[in-house]
Amino acid sequence: MSEVRRVYMDNSATTPVDPEVKEEMMRFFSEEYGNASQMYSLGQNANVALILARERVASLIGAKSTNEIIFNSGGTEGDNTALKGIVLNRKNEKKHLITSEIEHPAILNTSKYLEKSGIKVTYLPVDEFGLVSLEDLKNAITKETALVSIMHANNEIGTIEPIKEMAEITHDAGAVFHTDAVQTVGKIPVDVEELGVDLLSISSHKLYGPKGVGVLYKKQGTRLEPLMHGGGHEKGFRSGTENISGIVGLGKAAELAEKHLPQEQAKLTKMRDKLIDQFLKVKDTRLNGHRTKRLPHNANISFKYVEGEAMILRLDAQGIYASTGSACSTKKLSASHVLLAIGLRPEIAHGSLRLTLGRWTTDDDIDYTLKVVPEVVKDLREMSAYRKDTEEFVMSLKDEGHDDH
Amino acid sequence: MLYSKKVMEHFSKPQNVGLIEDADGRGIVGNPVCGDTMEITIKVKDDKIEDIKFRTFGCASAIATSSMTTVMAKGKTLVEGLAMTRDDVANELQGLPSHKMHCSNLAVDALHKAIEDYQKKKNEK
Ligand SMILES: Cc1ncc(COP(=O)(O)O)c(C=O)c1O
Repeated sequence: MSEVRRVYMDNSATTPVDPEVKEEMMRFFSEEYGNASQMYSLGQNANVALILARERVASLIGAKSTNEIIFNSGGTEGDNTALKGIVLNRKNEKKHLITSEIEHPAILNTSKYLEKSGIKVTYLPVDEFGLVSLEDLKNAITKETALVSIMHANNEIGTIEPIKEMAEITHDAGAVFHTDAVQTVGKIPVDVEELGVDLLSISSHKLYGPKGVGVLYKKQGTRLEPLMHGGGHEKGFRSGTENISGIVGLGKAAELAEKHLPQEQAKLTKMRDKLIDQFLKVKDTRLNGHRTKRLPHNANISFKYVEGEAMILRLDAQGIYASTGSACSTKKLSASHVLLAIGLRPEIAHGSLRLTLGRWTTDDDIDYTLKVVPEVVKDLREMSAYRKDTEEFVMSLKDEGHDDH
Repeated sequence: MLYSKKVMEHFSKPQNVGLIEDADGRGIVGNPVCGDTMEITIKVKDDKIEDIKFRTFGCASAIATSSMTTVMAKGKTLVEGLAMTRDDVANELQGLPSHKMHCSNLAVDALHKAIEDYQKKKNEK
């Protein structure tokens, strides 16, 4: 088994820590372990490291001031803080939140929670490519709207949303704009001033940094209620002794991302297009997401008549790590909400394969994937009972209703 | 690992895959919730299941239960085949994850339908 080649094609789930990041972090466990709040030199060394990390992240996203960088525990916390911190803070004036149907659960489940406490939430639909319509936003937004939160790019299908335009519409209506940029920061140029956003979530482990650390960018002057109350760290917006090693790692990861971004974006886009073009030559396949308004490292393909979990496990046996939006791969047994939102029928969502490339993906990896995936698809199709001649029967089953359970 | 060794064995190397072209009985069942579909064809001789093949659209556990069902049913009498249950198949596979029990373990139903199909055709003759 040990000679099986390993190809990691799941960089949107998480990324390996860059060795340069790890090296920079190591010092901050047992040597520079000081508490950044302390006056003595050991504490101040930690504080200096914190300042540098803040500068590096601010530079990567074009923040005007390092005061706009709030370190936290990751994307989930950033999303929670943005939604609860804005909406609950304005609850007496405004009781409306707008988001989209294809957000990450960190946004969707937080929105559902806010609904329970009396907030009205509008979930904007998306078109067949996963794009939110500006018209829909204009129609949904009112004087009652406190916050609009739309993700910069979707983690499953890679569609990049028109954030700049949506932020403008939002500001014209007097509301605050947040974007979950967990999938874009470090992958495509992200400039908070250019985008015009008030709040933006970042997660370190998606850009070759450690897990459990992230940033909420907060434009200066934006009123926000913290999620964590305590000793007043991060200008009072996120109390708790700073995760120095993690923050140092994220800072280094941000620096490397800024340095590598242009070449990486070009390299990954080329690899992605090769994958997509070749897969679309396989019979009965479709691309999920937008052809060009798309993350450079995301390819999401549905192979009809094949089920995703079986595909993932067959690929694993051949050393390829990938993911699927198939219902069967989850305990809930419901297909991906994103694939359903772009209008896929459940059995097509079933056959989806997401490949997400990264810093260390090679041309050989792409060629190997292009060789193995069609073989696995062919093999599973040969044993599939869902095929052209049984299609009518399978569809007739759908009509019995499709309850969630 | 989510699945038992036995499930992975049958998923990786499924037995009796395919379609018997001149089958004596054919059964097809599906799960309306997630679209899993299983088809079983049988060849019957002297009231015994002489040959059996399956085709399945579904997850690893759907494929493994189909494969195991065919292995268990081959050589059995029709009465024994009809007596087989989903639990028998799951037990032979060293168990299935609980959330997979009802959605992917349908192959026995397809077997029963194939046997009934054979019996119906025979009575019509
Ligand atoms: C779009 C998006 N938002 C939020 C998150 C959550 O980030 P974290 O894992 O850092 O909490 C993820 C990662 O899974 C994501 O892809």
